[in-house]
Amino acid sequence: MAAVKLIGSPISPFVLRTMIALSLKKVEYELLPEKLGEKSELLLKSNPVYKKIPVLIHHDRPICESAVIVEYIDQVWPESGYGAILPADAYHRALHRFWTFYVDDKLFPSLVAIGKAETEEAKAEAVEQFRAGLRLLEEAFVKLSEGKAFFGGDQVGFLDVMLGCFVVWIEAMEEVLSLELLEEATMPALHGWVVSFRAHEAVKEVMPESGKVVEFFKMIRAMRMKAAADATN
Amino acid sequence: MPQTASLHLTNRLHIHIVLESESERERERGARMAEAVVLLDVWVSPFGQRCRIALAEKGVAYEYKEEDLANKSPLLLQANPVHKKIPVLIHDGKPVCESLVIVQYIDEVWSDGAPILPADPYARAQARFWGDFVDKKIYDCGIRLWKLKGEAHQEAKKEFIEILKVLEAELGDRKYFGGDAFGYVDIALVPFFAWFYTYETCGGFSVEAEAPKLVAWGKRCMERESVSQTLYDPLKVYEFVCSLKKKYGIE
Repeated sequence: MAAVKLIGSPISPFVLRTMIALSLKKVEYELLPEKLGEKSELLLKSNPVYKKIPVLIHHDRPICESAVIVEYIDQVWPESGYGAILPADAYHRALHRFWTFYVDDKLFPSLVAIGKAETEEAKAEAVEQFRAGLRLLEEAFVKLSEGKAFFGGDQVGFLDVMLGCFVVWIEAMEEVLSLELLEEATMPALHGWVVSFRAHEAVKEVMPESGKVVEFFKMIRAMRMKAAADATN
Repeated sequence: MPQTASLHLTNRLHIHIVLESESERERERGARMAEAVVLLDVWVSPFGQRCRIALAEKGVAYEYKEEDLANKSPLLLQANPVHKKIPVLIHDGKPVCESLVIVQYIDEVWSDGAPILPADPYARAQARFWGDFVDKKIYDCGIRLWKLKGEAHQEAKKEFIEILKVLEAELGDRKYFGGDAFGYVDIALVPFFAWFYTYETCGGFSVEAEAPKLVAWGKRCMERESVSQTLYDPLKVYEFVCSLKKKYGIE
């Protein structure tokens, strides 16, 4: 019986966050993917409030919400693997947490809006909103990285994990929708950060293949368009 | 008469110099410390109140600055350029934004006071989970109770009662959400205790009928000075919401 289990699969960026954290800490765990369209008994029992993945189960006790899980992993395995994920000082921790709030509350919804946009106009608006958010993160990166490779400085830190999980989805959407979202010209620092992040051993180990994410995105888009067409008939 | 909705009812200056010793040096140190910690806030904001309660629980001296949201100060715009919102805690010139981020910061910096988050990782994760739940659910659903009508209002009412029941079940028979100790989830939720009257009046239900343990918990929290000195009378909150409704042209 594995002491550490994780419900979900890395196609979900929120699950990927927790997998990156576990990988950074070199923690062994059992991955329990859910079947698309179905929720397992274990998931419903472990996350009755939201019924969503990821759920970390440690010594039979569930922890839900990706940001909560990553902080938990950092606290339980403090010196393991690559060391601490949350920054050492309180002020930097507050900054990483603030930007994580921003990513979850504003940036991610605008990314979703791009995928869901039904008109060219709506798509353009969503794209501009997303890019504006990335430009703020570009500024934040310059300040927080202090010339180093990551938001956490020399080491992959909390915000690197919380934002980096979306990289493969941003790239998949750029390919399928023929868009540039992470513009090298206006976001050179973030561009460099993506390269460093993707190259990190712990990240490479769990990052899903771009091809798989592209296929998945195409599939859910097709499903959504079909549902919309069926609704109007 | 200012056209803003925020009512400046009293000049409640929140310069809390909570010192144990009577010595002049302590008083001086307290005054200096108060300058080092500034809270940009609005009197009725439950998010700002979370920060005020946390600061009071830790006995931290600070300067309170009331913002006029219709006329935001240059300090606020500079301290929170991303959202331009309160609350903002400014500590030694460095701004911290997002109320629950601020509460965690206060807990970590003034670590010699009673802990707000528990030390045990699992208990801490549970506290963070429930703090996040309160953050995601109460305020946004609450707004719909007084802004919307008809079908949408009924939806909001149903959802809000469900939220109350989930919290009631989570609290159970415990003294506080944190157990015996007043903590993070209590701080995240208790400002909304002063909003229960508004929610039930606008929603057409009784909070006490739907969640009696939650109401008892709120009253227990009000026995703490940090809470009773921070929360406003529920009728004042209701007056405030009524003035907002007028401003937005809602009947």
